[in-house]
Amino acid sequence: MMNRSQAQKQLQGKSVEAGGTLHRLCVRQSVPVTIYLDGSPIEARTGDSLLAAVMSAAARLRINEFDGSPRGGFCAMGACQDCWIWVEGRQRVRACTTLVEEGMRLSTTATVMGC
Amino acid sequence: MTDQNNTPVVIVGAGPAGIGAAAVLVAAGLRPILLDEGRAPGGQGYRKSDPALGLNLAYAQEPEYKAIHALFERLRDKIDYRPETLAWSVDAGSVFTAFRGSVASEGIPFGRLILATGATDKVAPVPGWTLPGVYSLGGAQVLLKDQGCAIGQDVVFYGSSPLLYLAAWQYLEAGALKVTVLDTTPFSAKMKASAAIASVPKLLRQGLGLIARLRMRGITMRHGVTDMAIHGDGRVEGISYSWKGRRETRACDGVAIGHGLRSEIQLAELAGCGLAYNALFDQWQPVVDADGRGGSGVYLAGDGTRIGGAVAAELAGRIAASACLADLGHAVDAAEVAELKRRRDAHWRAQDGLARAFAWPRKGFAELPDATVLCRCENVTAGQVRGIAKTMTGIPDINRVKALSRCGMGRCQSRMCGLAAIEVAAAARGEAPANLTHYRAQPPIKPVAIPTSSQEVA
Ligand SMILES: Cc1cc2nc3c(=O)[nH]c(=O)nc-3n(C[C@H](O)[C@H](O)[C@H](O)COP(=O)(O)OP(=O)(O)OC[C@H]3O[C@@H](n4cnc5c(N)ncnc54)[C@H](O)[C@@H]3O)c2cc1C
Ligand code: FES
Repeated sequence: MMNRSQAQKQLQGKSVEAGGTLHRLCVRQSVPVTIYLDGSPIEARTGDSLLAAVMSAAARLRINEFDGSPRGGFCAMGACQDCWIWVEGRQRVRACTTLVEEGMRLSTTATVMGC
Repeated sequence: MTDQNNTPVVIVGAGPAGIGAAAVLVAAGLRPILLDEGRAPGGQGYRKSDPALGLNLAYAQEPEYKAIHALFERLRDKIDYRPETLAWSVDAGSVFTAFRGSVASEGIPFGRLILATGATDKVAPVPGWTLPGVYSLGGAQVLLKDQGCAIGQDVVFYGSSPLLYLAAWQYLEAGALKVTVLDTTPFSAKMKASAAIASVPKLLRQGLGLIARLRMRGITMRHGVTDMAIHGDGRVEGISYSWKGRRETRACDGVAIGHGLRSEIQLAELAGCGLAYNALFDQWQPVVDADGRGGSGVYLAGDGTRIGGAVAAELAGRIAASACLADLGHAVDAAEVAELKRRRDAHWRAQDGLARAFAWPRKGFAELPDATVLCRCENVTAGQVRGIAKTMTGIPDINRVKALSRCGMGRCQSRMCGLAAIEVAAAARGEAPANLTHYRAQPPIKPVAIPTSSQEVA
């Protein structure tokens, strides 16, 4: 088992973490998986929500349809609906209540998907 | 017509209220169906942290927390528990569900229905609250407990709620680097309310202990903060606010906002329950009798009916299930129910005190800058809502403001902006908020997908 300070140290070495707004305090001891956000890989662990995986690596989850401003979810409990994200080849999913799956390809903008 | 005595009792919500209700039904020999949207039982506050995270938070050592989870484990085999199942409508004696977002082809007929849907954050929007890095107070807790994430490395807990202090402490416990607490209610209001909070002495003790611990850790806590704004280019970079007559600014990279809780009332409304405005909690809630009866065959318990905390929720769940049993013709121990009510009522009195100590910043809504986004879904501003509210003639119903401004018309169905929109519109008209009535619920109460077409409806 990795303790918290070891986990923090390990994460601080990853440049992708610097871009996220979420700050991981501990890493889940489960299988590592890779997902892709707009083509860039993000390291996650099974059991991570898409919201946590994306927002600990990036500063946005989606773009607001009306003013183009970045959004990063809000309630994390399936109430605000501000975290819907496109999964390639699938419908939109709610990032805070959907768990990561190996190889998942996400897009922050619908236009990339041709939708 | 379904035979009410042979059709199962359906409970919606596996928080303390739903679990308490299930326990009473199981003890009487019934096997209720327990529907819950979450992946695991426990509800919002008693959410279990994933053991794989290795987080060791003190709340999980509380006797009440342990008791609820132990109770659920004893019940698990004796009930029909269906996690990840959203109840998205109630109609003609059936509950309509969706598993992992996909609609089930048939409804579940119920003999009796117990709604224990709990609450979500009650939020007073501020400029900048749509920036990435701003989360609801409950969201900040969920991200910690479920995901082991802090919402930043320098986090401001803003609003007014006992959970503000609790969440700040939980963040420190888990190793978050820096926290600040900005409370919109002046300290004097807290002093005045302490006698009522002491209806449950442990609650007052815990609260004071929490504040003392935060103070000992050198945490900045401000009471009576106004005119809050969150700043940043594409993400949170800082905040500014007024306090004791001066303007303060502060750098930070995460903000949690919460002004207490708002009941999840949509299913109750669809099930035909009446709603009434609760002036102490500034929101519409289902009308129930002292045992939680809310309409024909419908019972309600927990934060979804009246904000009372986890202990009151479990007691209310037991009381509602007892009423349900009595109505089904079972023998119920009246003295036992009376004792449950006595304890529940003490918690309610304490929560009423908390509602005064941590008040909804009503005055702030009139002063909210016009450009502030109220409706996160449809990007409708306070100014737009004011403009429409002012010129509206006839009955000033919030549903008309919604139709004309699109505020509250989006996918969250006004969960995040509804209470604030009512305040902004009421202030613009010089009207009492209750006069604007409530946002009407519409099925599906949350977005669901129809599996055959993969078409999402909201
Ligand atoms: C985010 C949050 C954090 C909290 N943190 C704390 C804390 O740290 N300590 C503390 O003492 N108290 C805390 N509280 C308060 C305390 O948790 C509540 O008072 C208590 O949980 C109320 O219990 P309940 O059973 O009424 O509702 P809840 O515990 O909220 O349970 C309701 C359940 O119903 C489910 N549900 C709702 N609608 C549907 C639907 N349509 N279909 C299917 N399922 C549905 C929800 O997913 C949830 O699991 C918190 C509350 C919230 C909202
Ligand atoms: S963050 Fe609110 S629904 Fe996902």
